[in-house]
Amino acid sequence: MNLMSLTALELGKKIQTGEVTSMEAAKAALSQIKRVEEICHCYVTVEEETVLKKAEETDRKLRKKELTGPLAGVPVAVKDNICTEGVRTTCGSRMLYNFKPTYTAEAVLNLEKAGAVVIGKTNMDEFAMGSTTETSFFGPTKNPWNPEHVPGGSSGGSCAAVAAEECSYALGSDTGGSIRQPSSFCGVVGLKPTYGTVSRYGLIAYGSSLDQIGPVAKNVADCAAVLETVASYDPKDSTSVKRKDCDFTSALTEDVKGLRIGIPKDYFGEGLDTEVKESILKAAEVLEENGAVLKEFDLSLVKYAIPAYYIIASAEASSNLARFDGVKYGYRTKEYDGLHNMYKKSRSEGFGTEVKRRIMLGSFVLSSGYYDAYYLKALKTKALIKQAFDRAFAACDVILAPAAPTTAPKLGESLQDPIQMYLGDIYTVAVNLAGLPGITVPCGMDHQGLPVGMQLIGDCFQEKKILRAAYAFERTGCYRRCPAAETSDERGL
Amino acid sequence: MANIISDETMEYVGILAKLELSGEEKEQAKKDMGNMLDYIDMLNELDTEGVEPMSHVFPVKNVFREDVAVNREEREQILANAPAVKEGAFKVPKTVE
Repeated sequence: MNLMSLTALELGKKIQTGEVTSMEAAKAALSQIKRVEEICHCYVTVEEETVLKKAEETDRKLRKKELTGPLAGVPVAVKDNICTEGVRTTCGSRMLYNFKPTYTAEAVLNLEKAGAVVIGKTNMDEFAMGSTTETSFFGPTKNPWNPEHVPGGSSGGSCAAVAAEECSYALGSDTGGSIRQPSSFCGVVGLKPTYGTVSRYGLIAYGSSLDQIGPVAKNVADCAAVLETVASYDPKDSTSVKRKDCDFTSALTEDVKGLRIGIPKDYFGEGLDTEVKESILKAAEVLEENGAVLKEFDLSLVKYAIPAYYIIASAEASSNLARFDGVKYGYRTKEYDGLHNMYKKSRSEGFGTEVKRRIMLGSFVLSSGYYDAYYLKALKTKALIKQAFDRAFAACDVILAPAAPTTAPKLGESLQDPIQMYLGDIYTVAVNLAGLPGITVPCGMDHQGLPVGMQLIGDCFQEKKILRAAYAFERTGCYRRCPAAETSDERGL
Repeated sequence: MANIISDETMEYVGILAKLELSGEEKEQAKKDMGNMLDYIDMLNELDTEGVEPMSHVFPVKNVFREDVAVNREEREQILANAPAVKEGAFKVPKTVE
């Protein structure tokens, strides 16, 4: 049996019953990495020895019945902007090429307490700025469905690793769609929780008011179980929310009878690929057949979400990335003339083009004389967008939308025209501005054999509603295994 | 293009962002920033008169705690990440003459 073809919960169950050890699971993940990593390049760092030691320790705790949770012993991949003590955390940047954090992010600590074994750190767009995982200093990740295509981004490494079965599940981060869009491109399930649900402590900040860590997995049940484990109130994150409803797996019922699903007409107009549109509307019909009530409506303000997002995210990035100065950690230029020249040269050489572009835009929109016209205007637009969602959720429980206008583009096609690339975020960024939860579920394939994902958006703290809809849809049979994940044994070779 | 970014503006942004671009990079950055500003100027179509700017979705307040150190001694691990170290401290170029 190929352990990597199992879902995280299936594997966890076998580990609990003693049928499989954590060591066997870790070795299965490592051997799958050896087999497909050359093609997909999902990881920046895999420390085999550290992994095996951790698995051994986990097995010891399992035998003593100290670990009894559903994810104990299951291998997880962690996006490389989430700190792991003593294990290199690069953010996909030359700036942090050798950075070893002195502490572990709260979300990962929560997983480790539940017995998870971190298998490696996944590739990403530099500092999570990008939609293709091509801006990584360590080279692009390829889409396991077709290595000529991108996996999406910025959590492209995490999503591709799940699709290629190089881990049982993964953690990603989502600032403007960075979990939901690559999940769509890679045919996996990815969830961005309500802002404040998962601690950002140890997540290297990009846009602090938008960033959230979330799970990526093969199915909805895994996502719910992982979210239940990583969600926690954390005094170390000043925007952490005390929630009492984190029993997300309780929402996994097939029943969507009477669930009101809103379909924003302005999300299905110009710019949306016909095949993607058809797949998603077909998924809506499936939900309707299962008892959900579909309602078309106008969300409004759709096109204003992208400019508002790029102003706010860049502004926050320019402030957050000021800490990288070549003094405390990371890259320092070789030759310099005085302190300020060292700062400037270290940053100019350490950051890639897209990161510099956003830092400059962010510095500009915050500068005196432009602050009101750009930054304040964006914050007002954000308020209007939030109101538009409030109106929508007064009339429906869940909003059904595309996750991206197209399926995965080819490598090298997106970076030439930044604005064109930003437009690809049209269905995801508004969710971050409004702090809402969103989940992507695979719902079909295009003519090239690339996955299409549908996005379900909920009101703040209503993860259970989107999980319920996603789970009901998934039960109708939508997950397809990526052929690249099959081992030669399974192919009968 | 409606927004023309001058060399002076780029110079100013470079100071704010602590970035020093090469000649070629600078030209591209000027063009990119101009294009981006043209694009985000779209927000001017929107009437935001009387709208309260929203920095956070939830009414978050300052979170206070007792001023007690809870971190452990980790000078060695922290300094291990520094590009240059001297006598248990970060080493930087001379800053005061």
